[in-house]
Amino acid sequence: MENWSLISLCVLLGLTARWAVSFHSYSGAGKPPMFGDYEAQRHWQEVTYNLPVHEWYFNTTNNDLNYWGLDYPPLTAYHSLVCAYVAKLLNPEWVELYASRGYESHSHKLFMRATVLFTDILIYIPAVLLYCFYFCDGSSKQKVATAFCILLYPGLILIDYGHFQYNSVSLGLALWGILGLGLGWDLFGSLAFTLALNYKQMELYHSLPFFCYLLGKCIKQGLTWRGFFHLVKISMTVLVTFALCWMPFLSDPKQPLQVLHRLFPVGRGLFEDKVANTWCSLNVLIKIKTLLSRETQLFLSFALTLLFVLPSSLKLLSKPTLWQFKLALVNTSLAFFLFSFQVHEKSILLVALPVCLVFNEIPLIATWFLLTSTFSMLPLLLKDGLLLPYVVTSLAFLFLSLYLLSALERSTEEELRLGLYRKLTQRWLPKLNLSRIIKWKFWFSLAAMAALSFTSVWLKPPAKLPDLFPVLVSVLSFLHFLGFIIYFNQVQLMEPQRKKSQKKTN
Amino acid sequence: TVMAAPVTNDQSWFFALALGVSFLKCLLINAYHSTDFEVHRNWLALTHSLPAAQWYYEATSEWTLDYPPLFAWFEYGLSHIARFFDKEMLVVQNLNYASPATILFQRLSVIVADVVFFYAVKECCKCLREDKGKYLLGKPSFILTVLLLWNFGLIIVDHIHFQYNGFLFGVLLLSIARHFQNRHFEGALLFSILLNLKHIYLYIAPAYGIYLLRCFCFTQSNADGSLQWRSFSVVRLVTLGTIVLSTFSVSFGPFIALGQLPQIYKALMHIPFLSLCLLQPALFRIWHRPNGARGFLRCLVICALGSFMFGWHVHEKAILMAILPLSLLAVESREDARIFLILSITGHYSLFPLLFTTQELPIKILLLLLFTIFSLTSLKTLFRSGGALLNPLEATYLLGLIPLELICEFVYPLTVWQKTFPFLPLMLTSIYCALGVTYAFIRLYISLLTCSDSTKKIKTQ
Repeated sequence: MENWSLISLCVLLGLTARWAVSFHSYSGAGKPPMFGDYEAQRHWQEVTYNLPVHEWYFNTTNNDLNYWGLDYPPLTAYHSLVCAYVAKLLNPEWVELYASRGYESHSHKLFMRATVLFTDILIYIPAVLLYCFYFCDGSSKQKVATAFCILLYPGLILIDYGHFQYNSVSLGLALWGILGLGLGWDLFGSLAFTLALNYKQMELYHSLPFFCYLLGKCIKQGLTWRGFFHLVKISMTVLVTFALCWMPFLSDPKQPLQVLHRLFPVGRGLFEDKVANTWCSLNVLIKIKTLLSRETQLFLSFALTLLFVLPSSLKLLSKPTLWQFKLALVNTSLAFFLFSFQVHEKSILLVALPVCLVFNEIPLIATWFLLTSTFSMLPLLLKDGLLLPYVVTSLAFLFLSLYLLSALERSTEEELRLGLYRKLTQRWLPKLNLSRIIKWKFWFSLAAMAALSFTSVWLKPPAKLPDLFPVLVSVLSFLHFLGFIIYFNQVQLMEPQRKKSQKKTN
Repeated sequence: TVMAAPVTNDQSWFFALALGVSFLKCLLINAYHSTDFEVHRNWLALTHSLPAAQWYYEATSEWTLDYPPLFAWFEYGLSHIARFFDKEMLVVQNLNYASPATILFQRLSVIVADVVFFYAVKECCKCLREDKGKYLLGKPSFILTVLLLWNFGLIIVDHIHFQYNGFLFGVLLLSIARHFQNRHFEGALLFSILLNLKHIYLYIAPAYGIYLLRCFCFTQSNADGSLQWRSFSVVRLVTLGTIVLSTFSVSFGPFIALGQLPQIYKALMHIPFLSLCLLQPALFRIWHRPNGARGFLRCLVICALGSFMFGWHVHEKAILMAILPLSLLAVESREDARIFLILSITGHYSLFPLLFTTQELPIKILLLLLFTIFSLTSLKTLFRSGGALLNPLEATYLLGLIPLELICEFVYPLTVWQKTFPFLPLMLTSIYCALGVTYAFIRLYISLLTCSDSTKKIKTQ
């Protein structure tokens, strides 16, 4: 069977899965007065359509920032504006200033879901396909299988088409950036990533590896003249892109400051709600949120994040290859997720994207991580009424990646890259079958996640501990993520000189 | 990986395909469902709450029981499991009751009942004459499995619109497979059971009747394939008759004893009377020059298609009765593959009006594209030698479905005629598809009448 037909079948299946998930409920459905992220996106369409640009990020009589004020960079606002124009054509009631607050109808839901599908088809899916075809090892059928598994990653589908967000835009643009850098088109890659950054500020999690990779490349080209000139070109691209995106806001110095204030709400505290990172999990044992002062919290968060990103970034700086770049993306974003300030559980998607990119090389660990990331969002998904799609997509994803990518067969010690672990156990426990241990842990962990999912749905928590199950979910996920960050750091830092050349290293 | 590996005896791909389509069906649990959903809920309620003597008389709901008794017993069995999901659905007075638990239960019952279909498909794969292929994706059994398990019509009608066709077609395909395997008693039994589950299969009973009489009751044929009257086996005829009659008596017996035969006749016999005249040449051909099980299958498809085209009060879903068995022939013969492509694409497109909601529009387009692309490319690869599978006229006709869809579902609703002539798109669709179906019917008929006689003796037991 030809490649194009296999690819189209995979894309069609991916789209069918996405649209089928969209039948289900969305965030804040039928829950006045605030509703949820869905209403936030609708409200941004209303605000950007009806108000002049200089009022979008300010608290005015027409724009109440307490009711889902804009807190993403300008590109999101422009996107909302475009959607609003279409909405106005279909049904003006959807973006009526004030009157449309809390508007909910079947046709409106279809419209909103369609906007997500549209941007997905435009940005994210082509990027995934191109990535798999240019940067994956193996036969063309293996590349198609990898693309298929990436397209069926449950976390992104459930959040974008269930809860309702536009992560496929920012992640897609970031992926285009990675593609650009991988193909050697540094300027294009920088442009794409800058656009991603201007769509969602959380992409900053990915910015350090981009910076280190490009800097490392420029250094390798020699710090005099050629490399330096290249660096200047990249910087100019980034600056010009920023300027173009922020142009309407550059007329008055108060504007960019206010936007930054909305994007980085330092006043909101170390964490909100339950999230599978260090601070929330630590809070279960020691109430650090109240124990330490705001400054100490900031400092601690900053210090630990730095501690965990530094080794990975330095290694990337010294060895700017695509493989290192992908691992650095994983490590940096995971470090930010675990130790940073004001992290939301959906930010795990920023880590999931680079892990999808190492799917082909380490299928078992990647599958494990991606399932854990979906599980970590379980409380959110349950609140949105997405239990059925969660179960179906997770099971389907598990089965497909194990079957199509032969994840369990490709798990020898060498394939799992357990170099350091082997070295550590060599002295005292030389006969330990690390590969089998990993597989046992994998199944055990899946069983634990399944059991906890089941209890979260069917059992009632004790009256004294109403948040028992969300807390258990986040603590379990946190422990997994801790293990993953150690593992991925190990893989990146202990990388031996590879015998065969790595696809397109530049 | 699995797909790129050379062909081994590993059957895991079958399980993967079955599991994959089941996952898709689970995702569609919350899709639109038609009034057929309420029909089956009502039957669950009345078989559970009322004694059998009243099943065919109960008329609180407008959806009275109009399937044969075995299906009623099937619903009765299901109702015992339904109790654990939501007791309220079993109350006859709860018209249009559709709680989330009810929807979940009913949808899951269709998905689980499809296990019968999976088994039948597996058996059909064993009946293929040759099953060689360089890669897994080129194996006839793989292609057949996908064409059946992932059949667009079945998914749309069963798991969105809501019916139990998968389970019923499983029984039919299993019966056909048994005949291919020369296990004729089992095949006859299964078909009798099928008739007692849904009487619409009466359309293809003539094919069964003629085939069994000709190829099974007459144990041998002459060297040139003609009938050898002296080889008539009374034993076989009587056994077959016993099987059929006992099945019917088990199913209808209790109701006959209660004197309800007229009532049941009224319930069932609003089905159309099929025009046997048009099918006579085909039946005669099978009698005169049987071509073994494959000739029987071809005749079966023609009966199904003929009844679809010329029967009265036929549902568009009946096209599945022709498409599904034809899949078996399509992976073995080039000409059948051509006919299958035209029939399946047109027939599946004609099911579009069943799902008229905007929400399901992307799903039906995506799934139709999925099935069409797969069937086109896999059959093309299978019959690579000998040029293109579809001639330019056929290809143009099929491509014409795209503008037809755009006009009917996208452009027309925006025009001013939508209010005055709302049924025009439906009419256009029906007429356009009728062309394709008729063309396929004629081609199929011709291929039956002109198929080369096997000079070797027909294999009999």
